[in-house]
Amino acid sequence: MNRARLFAPLLGFATLAVVLYLGFSLRDPHLLPSALLDQPFPSFDLPVLGSGDRRATRLDLVGEVRLVNVWATWCPTCLAEHDELKRIRDTGLSVVGINYKDDSADAVAWLARHGDPYAFSVVDTDGDLGVDLGVYGAPETFLLDVDGVIRYKHVGAVDEMVWRKEIAPAIAAIQ
Amino acid sequence: MIVELGHFATVVAFVMALALAGIGYWTAWEGVWRRTAETLAWAQSGAIALGFAALVYAFVTSDFSVLYVAENSNTALPWYYRVSATWGGHEGSFLLWTLVTAGWTAAVALRGTRLPDDILGRVLGTLGLLNAGFLLFLLATSSPFERLVGGPLEGSDLNPLLQDFGLIVHPPLLYVGYVGFAVAFSFAVAGLASGRLDAAWARWTRPWTNVAWAFLTVGIALGSWWAYYELGWGGWWFWDPVENASFMPWLAGTALVHSLAVTEKRGAFKSWTVFLAIAAFSLSLLGAFIVRSGVITSVHSFAADPERGLFILWLLVLAVGGALVLYGLRAPAIGSWARYEGLSREFMLLANNLLLVLALAVVLIGTLYPLAYEAITGGEKMSVGAPYFNTSFVPLALVLAAALAVAPIARWKRTPLGLFARAGVAFAIAVGLGVLLPLALTGTIKLGAVVAVAAGIWIASVLVVDLRHRRGAWTRAYLGMVLAHFGFAVSMVGIGVTSQFSHELDVKLAVGESAQLNGVTYLFRDLRAVQGPNYVADQGVFVTDSGVTLRAEKRRYAAGGQVMTEAGIAAGFARDLYVALGEPLPDGAWGVRINDKPLVRWVWLGALLMAAGGVLAVLDRRYRRLGRRARPSPQTAARAAPATGAQAIS
Repeated sequence: MNRARLFAPLLGFATLAVVLYLGFSLRDPHLLPSALLDQPFPSFDLPVLGSGDRRATRLDLVGEVRLVNVWATWCPTCLAEHDELKRIRDTGLSVVGINYKDDSADAVAWLARHGDPYAFSVVDTDGDLGVDLGVYGAPETFLLDVDGVIRYKHVGAVDEMVWRKEIAPAIAAIQ
Repeated sequence: MIVELGHFATVVAFVMALALAGIGYWTAWEGVWRRTAETLAWAQSGAIALGFAALVYAFVTSDFSVLYVAENSNTALPWYYRVSATWGGHEGSFLLWTLVTAGWTAAVALRGTRLPDDILGRVLGTLGLLNAGFLLFLLATSSPFERLVGGPLEGSDLNPLLQDFGLIVHPPLLYVGYVGFAVAFSFAVAGLASGRLDAAWARWTRPWTNVAWAFLTVGIALGSWWAYYELGWGGWWFWDPVENASFMPWLAGTALVHSLAVTEKRGAFKSWTVFLAIAAFSLSLLGAFIVRSGVITSVHSFAADPERGLFILWLLVLAVGGALVLYGLRAPAIGSWARYEGLSREFMLLANNLLLVLALAVVLIGTLYPLAYEAITGGEKMSVGAPYFNTSFVPLALVLAAALAVAPIARWKRTPLGLFARAGVAFAIAVGLGVLLPLALTGTIKLGAVVAVAAGIWIASVLVVDLRHRRGAWTRAYLGMVLAHFGFAVSMVGIGVTSQFSHELDVKLAVGESAQLNGVTYLFRDLRAVQGPNYVADQGVFVTDSGVTLRAEKRRYAAGGQVMTEAGIAAGFARDLYVALGEPLPDGAWGVRINDKPLVRWVWLGALLMAAGGVLAVLDRRYRRLGRRARPSPQTAARAAPATGAQAIS
């Protein structure tokens, strides 16, 4: 055996590491899957939370730039980002909620207790809209332009850092 | 406050791990401060234990202001699941991982008192460096101590799949195995760096490798057992990427256990043995990457986070890349070949290693191919299923079984051919029984079962013959080998029979109706509502005509609303009867799955025997005399090695 051959495992490992890196960067769940980027928000027809029999559809999301936030009462991280959403609402940006796989009575009580940053929330009890949106878990936040086209997606809590570094620049880019 | 103290203790442990890395190598170089390195190894594990205890405390007291507790626990959870929820998510389970690493480090400091300075220092130093990397990863990207501002009143509950005895013990055992290979890895690095890759080095490395391997064996078996009764499909191995992630280090570790025997007894296979020692732990790290980066989708994987994935990838590249560079520079290039003939014990162990590494390659390719495919095509997905693994893995396993059957007879250097006659007689008997036994018991002949039963009997009978004819003493090392190989035979028979002779029936049943499967009648006698501590369940009570009662449950957990299947199993040495409730149908009947699984327990029983054999071998007397044969003068050896390079090694 000569010495060069003893470096063969290193070469094999380097190849493996490159494959892992490429596969890994493709799977980055924080990046919007190309399938959804710049696509219209999926159509839906769902009840509005706490409104009796009023329903909302995709058409209720067009007309202005909006944030759409997937939330639930069973999700502690949703509570963690709640104050930031209220602050965003106070800047004048419309925030719409998707109450995801939740109990509606619990959800109404939760909003009463913690405050309601949402213009309205739609009730997605079965998570069908969540499936169309490719939701991994709550919270997730989407930025829609005036035509109701998805321009940005964030997985996990929105905090001030995310707002300043990602969402605000994304809004500026649209306008 | 206690949680903050735990966080602080973990930060202190990180500093100690870094210090251990520096001082360990200093000890190896100068032969000083050895006591300090040993003390640091202890102190480090004490500090992490404090951090871990603080997190357990937060779980037991349901402190939901801690984000990790809020996401993984609930006040309705029984206390024992609150404790085990500590390692139910990514952050806590990685804290456990670092605790286990520190535990192994302390164990090396405790047991390694007779190791020369240059080896002990480098082993402790390498382990310290590894754990410093792990702790940095934990603190920087995955801290379980993070607080929520204004935490919720109720937590979102531990994943119901994990609320189970098997999952209380499965991860700790698995980690002890995974991380245990870090000790073999560190011995490999120390051996390469100090130029001591001799029989003594192999004797130092063997006990650690065996114990780690035994834990990994039990850990994998537990995971398989858990999947069998908890997932409600009646299967016990799915070739899931995460299962493969634990199986690959096991295959490499099995090869290493055998290759170390050759290096210790004959001084051969040195480079190969060192390579396997590096590979086994590298595959453990690869497994951690697969499970924790979200790179491969699997039912087992933790929530994906790109920052974490990238961090582990860097750890992997630095640890494995560094070790392999050292390997390329310092592994013995010449002179490690001892002379032996065909069919000697060396040859048999070489065959064992080749087969295991081939099997490893099959699993590795099958696991990573989808990833490579996606990387090449730019995002197109594909998956590799069980058929690929079964068709390529099973033949290799059978050849391995045949080699294993003959191997105990083989002698070092050369084997008198007459000895093989014994194996030949045993072979004839085994094939006869392999055909007759299943035929007599089931009335059918299935090739797969015949081969598995015959191979199992062949292995076992050759072992019995060898026990009787053995000229030397029945040392613990020898009995450990016999026990482990016997365990392999038991697993093999279990796998062959249960995969060929299992019966399965999906049927619609209402209360009062019954179904027949393989000569057993199952009566759906009752359906009742059962209230658990944190779930409500529909419990179907089934009675067989032989008087066995099976209780299958469909549980709905209160906090998250998830529905879980809890199969009703009548476990037996000869066969399991297994009933799982499917979905309720509109007319009040239920979809019911009935399984009749002969010898399925043997699969795990064999794994337990293998692990017991591995541990028994470690108790052999010669490992207790460890240090006495070690050559002194570590300082001169350490200083001379870099200058003289590879020639000094062999």
